[in-house]
Amino acid sequence: MKRIVTLLALGAIVFAQAASAQTLKTVKDRGTLNCGANGSLAGFGLPDAQGKWTGLDVDVCRAIAAALFNDASKVKFVPLSAKDRFTALQSGEVDVLVRNTTWTSSRDSSLGLSFTGVDYYDGQGFMVRKSLKVNSALELNGASVCVQQGTTTELNLADFFRAHNMQLKSVTFATANEAVKSYDTGRCDAYTTDASGLYAERLRLANSNDHIILPEIISKEPLGPVVRQGDDQWFTVVKWVLFAMLNAEELNITSKNIDEMMKSTNPDVKRFVGTEGNYGEQIGLTKDWAVRIIKLVGNYGESFETNVGQGSPLKIDRGLNKLWNKGGIQYAPPIR
Amino acid sequence: MSTDLTTGASPARVAFYNDPKVRSIIYQVVLCGIIAFLVFGATINAIDHLRSAHIASGFGFWDNAAGFDISQTLISYSSQASTYGRAFWVGLLNTLLVAGLGIVFATILGFTIGISRLSKNWLLAKFAASYVETIRNLPLLLQLLFWYNAVLKALPDLRNSVVIFGGTYLNNRGLFLPSPVFLYGFSVVVAALVVGVIGSIAFYTWARKRQERTGQQAPVFWVTLMLIIGLPLVVLALKGFPLSFDYPQAGRFNISGGLEVLPEFAALLFGLSIYTAAFIAEVVRAGILAVSRGQTEAAYSLGLKPGPTLRLIVVPQAMRVIVPPLTSQYLNLTKNSTLAVAIGYPDLVQVFTGTVLNQTGQAVEVVAITMLVYLTISLTTSFLMNIYNSRVALVER
Repeated sequence: MKRIVTLLALGAIVFAQAASAQTLKTVKDRGTLNCGANGSLAGFGLPDAQGKWTGLDVDVCRAIAAALFNDASKVKFVPLSAKDRFTALQSGEVDVLVRNTTWTSSRDSSLGLSFTGVDYYDGQGFMVRKSLKVNSALELNGASVCVQQGTTTELNLADFFRAHNMQLKSVTFATANEAVKSYDTGRCDAYTTDASGLYAERLRLANSNDHIILPEIISKEPLGPVVRQGDDQWFTVVKWVLFAMLNAEELNITSKNIDEMMKSTNPDVKRFVGTEGNYGEQIGLTKDWAVRIIKLVGNYGESFETNVGQGSPLKIDRGLNKLWNKGGIQYAPPIR
Repeated sequence: MSTDLTTGASPARVAFYNDPKVRSIIYQVVLCGIIAFLVFGATINAIDHLRSAHIASGFGFWDNAAGFDISQTLISYSSQASTYGRAFWVGLLNTLLVAGLGIVFATILGFTIGISRLSKNWLLAKFAASYVETIRNLPLLLQLLFWYNAVLKALPDLRNSVVIFGGTYLNNRGLFLPSPVFLYGFSVVVAALVVGVIGSIAFYTWARKRQERTGQQAPVFWVTLMLIIGLPLVVLALKGFPLSFDYPQAGRFNISGGLEVLPEFAALLFGLSIYTAAFIAEVVRAGILAVSRGQTEAAYSLGLKPGPTLRLIVVPQAMRVIVPPLTSQYLNLTKNSTLAVAIGYPDLVQVFTGTVLNQTGQAVEVVAITMLVYLTISLTTSFLMNIYNSRVALVER
């Protein structure tokens, strides 16, 4: 009799409705942010030898944690492959996915997920051996290309070769690691992924100087954080954390001068640091939400330089990722 | 004087709900009902949640354009014109190809190793034993990665391809063979082959009947060989060789034309065959040891040499014990072929559950279809093996 009652109770739980979307409350109660990250891409999401995670995407997650808990270390990073990243977010295993994921219309609609912004404007490129004496991607007719499965990279590769009437032999692997390794052994002539990834992976090859990255960028790859649909408040929080980092760079607020900036009389800066208005509380955070982010993590420019820019082994030029008033297209709406 | 057994009081009639038979039926019906209800409820629940989370569901994705390329396709496939459904069939055919060939090679190798282990030759027996012990105890994934990396590292790169007979290239992109192109008139050769096969079956049946009647043997092997291989060759020559070859051409980056055997395919085939052969060897050894020693002694006393004894007396009886576990090993091989995803071979799991799932985001439908496919393949294999099993089963008198 007892067993039957237990069975029926379990059955009732099965049919219980999922709790309505309250990610912000859940994360605050839990005390840590569960962040889906790459785990093996230098410059974006990579744990170092001591287990500390670094990267541009990692900094976005740490910024969210800083805004919520005033402690940028209250993040649990979950390394995800290209195959299971969306399922992990859909199922609730992670609260936000910041894993160099390209923003596309099908991903914005049919997955039940929403992109909150773009933390890196990227594009797909090719890497080949210098010894092939290839100077342009248009000379790759008949080449075999190593690629990671389940990515927009795979689709763009097929499109590019088809559009230029070139023969393609693609070799797909489950993870980027295997694809790069096979490219290194000579199984394929070229390796393709987002240009930022090419710079990162080139460092890991046996002889970085033997490889060049071809100049063609064959696609638009706006990489950004992703959250579940149906939770507007959490969507707003994640969106504005990134915008805060961009606005800080625009206002020349850095982690070094944030303390002096607290006393500034500039109205934009006052609204940013919270001495005027209650914009933080309107979002669902605290008054000093933006100060926490900049003090504990830094602004967008600092994060870029340390992780992928001149202060890192990748040395990627800011390019499109410069601010809108400096020649790039990073543009954040104002905090007011 | 016989006792009238029917006048005894009949068993007391109990209420129908106390009857054990009726009770058990009621319990089973209720249990089935509960399970069906739970399954139905879980499905409705999942569909509801998928809809409220705005995740696409349904099977509409089957006809959407695929957009990605597959490195080995047994049927025509293009990244532009083909759909996800077509990609599914390509992946399925790749799986069936590697599973089918793997079963054949594993069986041949397994039987050889199993019989070798029972050999009187000390070296052979010890070699077979160490083969089985090593291969059985290493994880299959490690073995596949070993074969893939060993195969790739051992082969020269494209510029230094090994050229065989001027038409075949071997390098770390694969083995490139000249592919036959069938010209007009080749159908007669095919007809000759069919005639040869029918003829050899007829000859074999006639020879068996004659042997049962008179004890005379006929050279079945040589006649069969002549009919199946010789006859079509003669017809081919008579028709003036209506067969040409498409030779692989070395291009700037790759070799085009000809038949391409991928290194991923070769590595998967080697790895699976060698691994499963170790298990099949043990099954075969168990089967042979299960045949009573008296059979072998009787065969020797009749003057049969050990070779024919094994072939005609022991193994046919051992097959009874061998076939059921052998079926399991075949099913294991088929399912283990899903490890292809680790070395880049485009089997069903890699193409469908990997790429298609990621592009469409519909995990539930894709995984359900894949599980159904493997279930069907496994059930078909075990069904066919059971037919064979019932034929070799011991018929009790």
